[in-house]
Order: sequence, then structure tokens, then C-alpha cells
Amino acid sequence: MKCGVVVFPGSNCDHDCYHILKHVFELDTEWIWHKDDVDLSGFDLIVLPGGYSYGDYLRAGAIAQFSSVMKKVIEFANSGRMVLGICNGFQVLVESGLLPGALIQNHTQKFICKTVSVRVENASTPFSCECLEKSVLNIPIAHHQGSYFIDIDGLNQLIDNEQIVFRYSGCEGEVTGLYNPNGSVDNIAGIVNENKNVMGLMPHPERCADPAWPNLDGQLIFKSMIQSLQPGILL
Amino acid sequence: MIGSNSIAITPDIVRQHGLTLEEFGRIEDLLGRELNFTELGIFSVMWSEHCSYKSSRYYLKKLPTTGPRVLQGPGENAGVVDIGDGIAAVFKIESHNHPSFIEPRQGAATGVGGILRDIFTMGARPIALMNSLRFGASDHPRTRFLVNGVVEGISNYGNCTGVPTVGGEIYFDSCYNGNILVNVFCLGLIPSDKIFLGNASGVGNPVIYFGSKTGRDGIHGASMASSEFDESSEEKRPTVQVGDPFAEKLLIEACLELMKEDWVVGIQDMGAAGLTCSTFEMAGRAGTGIDLELSKVPMREAGMTPYETLLSESQERMLVVVRKGMEKEALALFDKWDLDSGVVGEVTDKPVVRIFDNGNPVVNLPVELVVDGALDLKRPTKKPEYLKEVDHVKLDSILEPTRGETILKDLLASPNITNKHWVYEQYDSMVRLNTLGLPGSDAAVLRVKGSKKALALSVDCNSRYCYLDPFRGAQIAVAECARNIACSGGEPIGLTNCLNFGNPENPEIMWQFEQAVSGMGEACKFFDIPVVSGNVSLYNETLGEAIYPTPTVAVVGLLEDRSYHTTQWFKEDGDLIGLIGLTMEEFGGSEYLKIIYDRVEGKPPRLDLHLAKSVNKLCLELIQQKLLTSAHDCSEGGLAIALAESCMSHPLNPKGATLGLDSTVRNDALLFGESQSRILISLSAKNRLAVEEKAKAMEVPFTVIGNVGGDALVVNVNGKEFIREEISSLKQLWLGALETYVG
Repeated sequence: MKCGVVVFPGSNCDHDCYHILKHVFELDTEWIWHKDDVDLSGFDLIVLPGGYSYGDYLRAGAIAQFSSVMKKVIEFANSGRMVLGICNGFQVLVESGLLPGALIQNHTQKFICKTVSVRVENASTPFSCECLEKSVLNIPIAHHQGSYFIDIDGLNQLIDNEQIVFRYSGCEGEVTGLYNPNGSVDNIAGIVNENKNVMGLMPHPERCADPAWPNLDGQLIFKSMIQSLQPGILL
Repeated sequence: MIGSNSIAITPDIVRQHGLTLEEFGRIEDLLGRELNFTELGIFSVMWSEHCSYKSSRYYLKKLPTTGPRVLQGPGENAGVVDIGDGIAAVFKIESHNHPSFIEPRQGAATGVGGILRDIFTMGARPIALMNSLRFGASDHPRTRFLVNGVVEGISNYGNCTGVPTVGGEIYFDSCYNGNILVNVFCLGLIPSDKIFLGNASGVGNPVIYFGSKTGRDGIHGASMASSEFDESSEEKRPTVQVGDPFAEKLLIEACLELMKEDWVVGIQDMGAAGLTCSTFEMAGRAGTGIDLELSKVPMREAGMTPYETLLSESQERMLVVVRKGMEKEALALFDKWDLDSGVVGEVTDKPVVRIFDNGNPVVNLPVELVVDGALDLKRPTKKPEYLKEVDHVKLDSILEPTRGETILKDLLASPNITNKHWVYEQYDSMVRLNTLGLPGSDAAVLRVKGSKKALALSVDCNSRYCYLDPFRGAQIAVAECARNIACSGGEPIGLTNCLNFGNPENPEIMWQFEQAVSGMGEACKFFDIPVVSGNVSLYNETLGEAIYPTPTVAVVGLLEDRSYHTTQWFKEDGDLIGLIGLTMEEFGGSEYLKIIYDRVEGKPPRLDLHLAKSVNKLCLELIQQKLLTSAHDCSEGGLAIALAESCMSHPLNPKGATLGLDSTVRNDALLFGESQSRILISLSAKNRLAVEEKAKAMEVPFTVIGNVGGDALVVNVNGKEFIREEISSLKQLWLGALETYVG
């Protein structure tokens, strides 16, 4: 199984994603520099990391969608292979049309960095199959434009197609406005595309996947992807 | 357009450039000719207090700067301390006070940018930022604007560069109403044999500019930082630079990639005094000269004069000297990162900087005169008059309280003690996956990847103590940082300071400075902590009203094993609570006196350096032997606040505690006095004997004072209940208060 971590100018969680894939899960992992003409056909998973791609000028993720590497990532996704976008990566996926909706300023109008609870809404995607349905994971968020927005028709489609993977919740799994840190529609923290091979989420699973910390909830997401791509390898 | 060389220099123009007529005369005498206007601009910034340290240098020489771990002391962009395993820690703290008061968002942001560059200029990967912020009274009309601007500036800039902001301190006091302090600290890691210095050596080597373009922003920023504020300070807004954190992020990555090459000779960022300072300092350190051609500098706007180009403080710019013949490789690397660059000059053998504009000479100055020519001013000192008024506590009007709950709650909700999560949650504190302890602890703790070690960072200064006694106040700042490091499981290995004071031309301010530096030096020698870098910020004064003397210190500590990392919160019901150290009847300078009686008076708490050192040593050894469950420093608000914090701060399960204290000290001094060298610990009952024996063997006072459990904080003094309060209600108060002041 081969993973690629895309590096845009301004990516800053690239090292962290690389560290978890390469050093914690010991997967074959490579950097993908945005200007390089890389052949993605040998990869199984592409990760778009967090950060401020192109300074997040205009809108978060808005410029990155035109990057030459994104054309290839879109082809890669459309061929059915797995793409994970975390935080700024989620913003890039939305801007480039691989995922529906938009990410706008937090309703607090401030950057928020803290650990929050999210409830697993769909444990049958390749990104969440190691989680228990309706279980609660504690994962840090760190963003200024992380409020997920979609119109009512779009929301109904997401619900009908079971595309909502994570919702912000209380530690007992209560999905209410009280536990919505950024004003996201319907407490949405992470979604997949209709094909379930592209996921974007605002929480940072790579920040709770290194055994140096007691909280390893983020590992479940990495383990899910590994399990989907190489069944049995973790057993 | 300002600064044509055809402008005649009059005494008024000299004074507007912040130079005295004596200094101007001295320059022309030593030079043996008249200065032109551009050269006057150069002396204006290079001989400014900010760049030349002319008021402070004499005293700074008294600080201990060497030690077995010190790889680079003061004088370079940052200090470097060896932490073993082939790794070194690079760190520095720096002020950005004046710009942040005028334009808080950009002022604070560019402060972060500047300190980051100081670190990666040395070749180090920045891994942590901290800051020490001081604002005016929480009810002052400008405070809310300033707090929000500064925090947003730090958040926006630091978060974008991908360097976590892991801690710091925030104080409010009316002495900062007209002059806030923004002191920013950065720590980086570097292979100990790959340290880069700002030397322009090797005659014939090219000098390359890279980073953002040069514009008209920040001209005379260094001079602004070298004078007091008055009614017209708002007009200085254009001297504040504008930061671009995205450019900084590219600069970090480009520099670290560049410095893997063996053809990089020397490198320096352009900070205060911009291109001028980097050029002269790099030549100065190498004993060489530089020829510079200004038409090669990447410019943001057309028609800038040499004066403007040389004095611009546009951000995110660097100067590097590479081995001759490697220009192409260097420029290609900058191109990869989409950075502007150009070969702007060449190293020469004569120690003279010659600057040309399209081939026309505009500046020709000897390096040494510009860099080291400003005379040390042994400014007069005088013990301040105000001390006669405030140096004792008038105890008779302070009644011994019968219950402590109201005082405890008032203190927990006071701006200086309340929890600062409202601020810290706006900073990305976790990126890069090193942060073991999140902001809000005694010290921030970071793991060192590729080794089992960790680093602990603490920044501190109680300026009220320093106002009452600058010598002892500065000692206490060092001692408290060292104690914070010990509580976290580390041992101090180096210190950096940011000395914030008023106008040095006032002998009373100069006395404060002299006393504080002496106190700091003595404490550093005693604790064996070398001072490896620092910064002096004077003229923190508006309309003659000076800030309290604020010698902020940041101490870096080493945890030999990251498993030593200890947190402040109580963990297990049934654990014993103990106090290391002695409580005396002291009120001077306390938060208690200030909040409850609105008084700033008395002597700061006594500090027995010998005891302070033994207390830290005991705590660290107990931690290393895994005998402690928690350790927390007693500081502002005294034992009661330390207790409440240890109860409340568990991230998931706050704990209650019941204490039984026996004492002859007044109960308010016992609970809210700020006696130094005390650490509140918790331990499993089975370890009690071992801890007591160890304390006895090291002759350190130690008492078991209670145990963990329940839902309330209960404190009995001499058998009588003094405090009983639900933890949940205390916690609500403690977590919510800051937002009501500044949110």
C-alpha cells in the first residue's frame, strides 16, 4: 500500500500526516510537491494535509484547486481510489468540487484549537470501518474556516446517501447545537463523496494517532483506510 | 519621496533622526567628513537605542553567559544550547511593544515573524512559540481592542506558519494603559554541528537578497521603538510593518532547504533597521566589507530613494552570503519556493560598506563606526522617590478574614489569575506533534523527536514585585521559571530575557534597570543558568508615565526522559497532598492586596536562593523517582489558588480536596500570601515515607497537608473551617471570567 502526502506552498500539517503514515503505521509514504509532474498511478491513498495552501488567500483552498497537482488528484479520485482531505485538505476538496458544500468562517469569528468529540455516523465507509457505529471519538480541531455549509437539498442528499461520516457531539454522543464548535450545518464534521472513496473532515486525526500521547482515537481512521486497502494486514 | 541626498542636514533634522548633536559631531569627527542624508539615516537606526544597546550594554555585561552546554551566547540572532544526542536548542525572546500599541494586529504578528526568523536564520527548525503579554487595566477603554488585536495577530501569523504557540503569560495592570508589552519567544532545534551564523566572510562571495519585496513600510521602526509615546503617536502607524505569514512559511522551508547545502557561508534576516542592519552586522562579524547595488533589490514600488530602500522594515526578507559560483543554485532554490531574489552585492576585504544606486555611490561608511561606534552611555541612576511611599504594607487596616470563599472567588475571577483558555484556544498549540503539555500549565513541554528527551519552557515576570523592588523582583522571575521547569520534570539549561523599561534618560528608570539586571545576574549565577540571548526595550513610557519595570525571562529546561513530564492537576482520589517549602507572613505586592484592597505596596516576598534551589532539586528528584502524581508551583494568589488550580485543571475529571493546615501565620497570609519557593504536590499514600525521608535528607521543609477527593475544596485552618466551595462552581468562575473582560 503506497501513500502520498501532497505539499502545497503553505501546507503545514504535511509533516504530521507523513509522520503518522510513515513512522507510526510504517507505510510506504512519499511527498508529492505541488509543482512536480508525478504519476499517481502507483499510489493507493492521497492525503491533502492541513495548513494554509497558497496562504488561503481569497478563500481557504480556493487557489489550491487550480494547482497542477490537483488535476491529477481529481483524476485519481474519479478513478475510484482513496483521497483523504484533513482541515485545509477538506477545504481544497470542497473548492475543487470533489465534495459538495462549502467551508466558511467559524460562527465565533475566531480560530479554534481544542479537542472535540465527534460521533461516528457511518461506520461502513473505507475511512471509518474500524469504528463502531455511533461511537464517539475525541479529536482536535484547529481552524478558522471550518463551518460546514450546504443548502437544504444538498443536506438531504448527504443524508439520503449516507455521506455524513462524523458529526460534532457531546462526549456521550449528543448531537446538539451546544456541541457544535463552529456553526456547521447539522453539526457536520466530515463527509464522503457519493462513491465513498473521498473523505474530507475538519478534525485532525493525525494529532491523536502517535503513541506518545494517551489519546489514540485518530488511529481508527488510519486503520480503517489500511483495512480497506489491504484487508487483514492489521490483524 | 523622502531622503534625497541633496537635502541639507540641519540640527533639527539631526534631532528628528533621534541623534544628539554630540553624537552627530562625533560621527563627523571620526569620519573626517560631512555625512550625506542617506548616511544620516543609517546612523539614525544603527545608533538608536533599539539597535545599539547604548544605555544597557554596560550592565548586560554582568550577566553570566557561558556554561558547558552553551554553543552560542548573546550577540548572534539567537542563543544555542546543547541538549545532547547531537541536538541543540536555539531560542530567543524579543519585544514588539511599540508597534503593537499603535497597530495591535500587525504589531504582534510581525513580532512573531521577527522572532521566527531569528531562529531559522541559525539553521534551526522552529518548533514552539510562546508569548508574554501585558495589557492595561481590564476595564480601560482601549484594553479590549488591544487584547483582541494582539491575540488575533499572533493567532493569524503563528498558526499559518505551522509553528505551535504552546504557552505564555498574560497580565493586566493599569501601568500598561499607555504602553502594552508584547514579548515573543521562539524555540527551534538544530543539529549541534550545523549552526549558521550571520557572517559575510570570503572576499568575492556574492550577497543574495531573498524573500518578500521591499516597500515603503516600517521606515524608522527602530527609531520609533527608541522614543517615548505622546499625543502624536497615532501618527506613527505607517512605521508599523505589515506581515505576510504565508511568505514567512515559504521562507522557513526555503531557508531550511538552503542550509542543507555546504555552500552557504552566512545568513541573516532583515529585522529592525532592515537591509542596513543586516549588511553592516554581517560585515562587522566577519571583519569584512560589502559592496551593495540597490537597483538589484526586488522592489514593491517604483521610485524609492536609497534612503527608503535602506531603512525599510518590510517583513519576510533575508540576506545570505554563498560561496562564489553557487549563485545559480541559490536562485533556483528560491524560485522553487516562489520567493523573490537577487544578487545584490559582494563581500570585499576592506571593512567598509559601499552602497550604490545604479552605479552611483550613495553611502561609504566604515563598518566598525556604524556597528560599534555608539558610545556606552553610563546614564545616571537614582533610587526612585516612590519607593519611600510604597515599600511597606500598612497592615493595621487589613482585617484577618474569618472565611476565605469570597476572597478565593474574587481572585479566581481576577484578570491575572483567571484561566486563559479564551486566548490559548485561538492559537494552534499542537501542530508538528510535539506538544506534550498544552497551554495553561506551569511550563509547556515538548518532546524532541528522535530522542527520548523533552524540553520544558516557562516565561515569567511579576512586574508588581519589580516595581516594589526591581532587584528581588528580577530574582523571583528567574526563580519562578526554574521552579516551573522543576514542576514539569525538567532542569533549567538556558535563559533568554526581554528587559522592558521606561525612559532611560530618567535616572530613576535607569536605577530600576541596573537593579533588575543585577538581581537577574545573581539569580542566574546561583541557579547556574546561562543567559544566551535577549533583547532590551526602553522608552516604554507615554506622556512621562512609565510601565512597571518588566524584566521578562524565559527559561528552557531539559527533561532527560520525557516520561518525567509531570502535570499540575490532582489525579487520584485518596492521594495525599503535600507542600514543599515554607509559608511566611507576607503580603507585599500580592494579588490579594491588589484585588481585595486595591493596594500595590510592601516588599515582594523574600527569596532565599539556597532554599529555592533545594526545593527545585527535591521536586525534580521525587519526579524522577516516580514518587509524585502532580506538582504545581505556588505563585500569584498563593497556596489557595495553587490548590484550586490543581483541583480544577484536570482535562476530564476535576477533583476535590480536603486540607488541614496548622499554622501561626495569619490565615489570609497562609492561603493568599505569595511566599516563594513552594511547590504543591500530590502523591500516592504508599510513597509518603519515601518522600518525607528524601525531604529530610535534603533539609527541605515538607508537610503533608491534606488529601484528594470529594467534589469540594475544603480548607481547615487550626481545626476551623476557612474555605468550603464546590469545585464545579469555582471552575465555572475560573473558566468564564476572561471573556467577560475582553471577549
